[in-house]
Amino acid sequence: MLITELKSRETIEALLTGKVFIINCHGCKEVHFPEKEAEALQKELTGRGIVTGIMTTDYICNPENMKLRLKKHMSEIAMADMVLVFSCGVGVQTVAEYLENKKVCAACDTYPLPGYQGVTPLEHKCDQCGECFLNITGGICPLTACSKSLVNGQCGGAKAGKCEVDPDMECGWERIYRRLKQVGRLDVLKCPVQIRNYATDKEV
Amino acid sequence: MKLSEKFSRGELVVTTEVGPPKGFHVEPMVEEAKEYLSNITAVNVTDNQSSVMRLGSLATCVALKNAGLNPIYQLTCRDRNRMALESDLLSAAMFGIENILCLTGDHTKLGDHPGAKPVFDLDSVSLLYTVGQLEKGVDLGGNELVGEPPKFCKGAVVSPCSDSIDAQLAKMERKVMAGAQYFQTQAVFEPDKFIAFMDKAKQFGVPVQLGVIIPKSVGMCRYLNANVAGVHVPDELIDELKADKEKTKAGITGVEITARLIKQCLPYCQGVHIMAQGWESKVPDILKLAGL
Repeated sequence: MLITELKSRETIEALLTGKVFIINCHGCKEVHFPEKEAEALQKELTGRGIVTGIMTTDYICNPENMKLRLKKHMSEIAMADMVLVFSCGVGVQTVAEYLENKKVCAACDTYPLPGYQGVTPLEHKCDQCGECFLNITGGICPLTACSKSLVNGQCGGAKAGKCEVDPDMECGWERIYRRLKQVGRLDVLKCPVQIRNYATDKEV
Repeated sequence: MKLSEKFSRGELVVTTEVGPPKGFHVEPMVEEAKEYLSNITAVNVTDNQSSVMRLGSLATCVALKNAGLNPIYQLTCRDRNRMALESDLLSAAMFGIENILCLTGDHTKLGDHPGAKPVFDLDSVSLLYTVGQLEKGVDLGGNELVGEPPKFCKGAVVSPCSDSIDAQLAKMERKVMAGAQYFQTQAVFEPDKFIAFMDKAKQFGVPVQLGVIIPKSVGMCRYLNANVAGVHVPDELIDELKADKEKTKAGITGVEITARLIKQCLPYCQGVHIMAQGWESKVPDILKLAGL
C-alpha cells in the first residue's frame, strides 16, 4: 500500500502559475487517495476561474492508457500554463515525461505503507519519501534517477552524461537540468537548500 | 590561517593535497609533507579518497598541523550522516582546524568496500549550509550549541571541463548560496575550457583555484580519460609525454606541462591547487617553473 497526501496549502499555492489543468489519478486500489480534500481544493480553484479542465482517471502511470485518456483534453491542456497532478510520484513522472514542454507539478506527497505496492508498468520509480521533490526537478525524481539520491544538484561524477556508478545510466541531474531548461524553469535551481527529512515515513 | 584571509588580500593561494595511508603510521607522510610542502599556503587532506578506506582525514589534519603545516580538512557525505558530520566539524574546531572543503564524495561502489552502505544523507550543498548553521551556533536539529560557535573557511569544488558544464555552474551557484568561500577545481588539461568557464564563474564573486594533476605517464593520462569524470587530457599532451622516453628525463615533461598549464590559466583565477598524487617531491619544481 501507499498513501498520497495533499501537500500543504501554501506549497500548492506557490506552485500555481496562470491557468491550470488538473489530473486526478484514483489509481490502483493499493493507493489511498485524498479524494475529499482534493475535491474541495479543486472546487475552490475552479471558483477562481483558473482551471481549464479536470480529468479524473486511474492508472496514469500506464503511458498508453494515459495518452489515450488525455487525447480528448488536449485543447484544455494547451490553454493551461501548467498541469497539476494529484497522484503518487510515478503518475506525476509519467505525465511530466509525456507533456515534456509543460510545467507539470505534483500536488501530493507519497508515503509508504506495508504490503503490496501496486502495479507500475514503467521504469519510473517513486521512493515514497513523503516529501515529493518533483516540483523542483521538472518531474524527474532525484531520489530514483540519481545513484546518490542527491537533492541539490549534480555531483562531479558524470562522464559523457553517464553516471559514475553505472555507465549505462544517464546522469539524473543532467536529465533534470535539460528538462528544467526545456520548460523554462531553471530558476527553481535557485530554491533554498534542500535537506531530506527521514522522519516523514511516520505512521500516517 | 584561514585561506579567506589570503584571498581577501588578493594574494595567490597555492594548495596541494595528501592522501592518508591505509594504516595508522602517518610519520612518513608527515615527514615528506614537511620537506616539500612547508612553503605552501595549505594542504588538503583527502577523506577516504576514491571511496577507499584509509586513516581519517581529521586525524591526519591534526598530525600535519602539529608539524607546522596548514591543513584543509576534506569532508565527504559518502560515509557519515548529518550527526556524524556535525560532530566531526566540532571536533575539527576543537583541534584548531580552520579550513574545510565540502564534497559529496564518490559512490561507495567505486571503492574498496563496494558492499558498504552509501550514506549521502547530506550533499556538498547541504553540508556547506550545515557548517553555516553551526557557525551561527545552531545544529541541523535546531538545537543551540554551548559556548562560542566554530568558525571555518568553507571551500567547495567544481568541474570546469565537465561535459555537463551548465549543470556544474548551476550547482556551483547553489554552493555559493550555501556559503562556499572558495573553490578548487577538478584537474584542468584544457586551458581554453578553463578560461571559458572562468568567464561564466566570475559572476559569483568567489575565488577559484585552478586544479592540476601532474601527468606522470601516458598510461596515467589514458586512465584519466577513460575513468575520471570531468578530466580530459588532449592528444597533444599525450604525444608530448610519449616523446619523453629518456630515463633521465623521467617526470620532467609532466612537471613542465603542469607549470605551463598554471602559467596559462593563472591570469584568470585566484590560485592553484596541485594534486601531486604521490609526486609531492615535484611540487617545489613545478612552482619554480611556473614562476611562483
